[in-house]
Amino acid sequence: MKVAVVMFPGTNCEHDVVWALSRLGAEPELVWHRHTDLDGFDGVVLPGGFAHGDYLRTGAIARFSPVMAAVERHAAAGTPVLGICNGFQILCEAGLLPGALVANRDLRFICRPVEVRVESTDSMLTRAARVGQVLRLPLNSYEGNYIAPAGALARLEGQGRVMLRYCDAAGVVDDATNPNGSTNAIAGIASEAGNVAALMPHPERAAEPILGSVDGRILLESFLASMVREPATA
Amino acid sequence: MKRVRIDIRRKEGLSDPEGVATLRALHDLGYAEVGEVHFGRMISLDLPDSDDEETAGRVEEMCRRLLANPVIEDWTVETIE
Repeated sequence: MKVAVVMFPGTNCEHDVVWALSRLGAEPELVWHRHTDLDGFDGVVLPGGFAHGDYLRTGAIARFSPVMAAVERHAAAGTPVLGICNGFQILCEAGLLPGALVANRDLRFICRPVEVRVESTDSMLTRAARVGQVLRLPLNSYEGNYIAPAGALARLEGQGRVMLRYCDAAGVVDDATNPNGSTNAIAGIASEAGNVAALMPHPERAAEPILGSVDGRILLESFLASMVREPATA
Repeated sequence: MKRVRIDIRRKEGLSDPEGVATLRALHDLGYAEVGEVHFGRMISLDLPDSDDEETAGRVEEMCRRLLANPVIEDWTVETIE
């Protein structure tokens, strides 16, 4: 399965994603943000980093990078599109996911492993997981605090599109286990069709024992398992 | 040439962690009269002296498409010189 891993100026997690996906048997390929087509790819990842220096707002400039028109076409055609950290912020700016990510509640850059609880398996990112399963993944962000207007939030919750919530090791979700003040402790969401999904923590950094956790694998394996065999031609 | 000033701020009711932290600090300093603090961004644009209505329409479009995020932010535009 060929996976496009998009690089913007300032992206810095692309090699980690390529490594983790290769180890799981996929064929990831780095794609520069000025490419205008993604034909032949079965999936797309927007990795973490600081695309375009996070100038203006996180993701605000990246969403107009030439490659994004192709990402939007793929998303509309049902291709799995995964946003990780900065990729989540870009997908929100592009309107492929609702809401936005703003500064953490305590105005601190958070760089530590956190627990997230699987809330739904109706997305390409969580289909191989179990509802209630607790995953330990590294969080590495300053703007990880998810907010959305009341209507959009109600739709997300009502349609079961919140995939992951911050919790503790026992799976308890409350203010004390919410690292960044994210609304409803949201750590990851999916589009209505379920093929576009994003999360703030980094599954690619929890994909082998030497990294301290292999819990990210289940998410990356879900993503890979969601791809159709024939290359999409969106 | 004229210069317009765009003030962008978080929509009412959405969390503003910088505003909350700053409000707390103001209260700690004894400025108990402060009710809320809102952070925002100011952007100024230099534009040719053209038809005001057309300029206003284009600036509004720039705000909606790029300069602000309409999902979480409101903005005002003012000609300053």
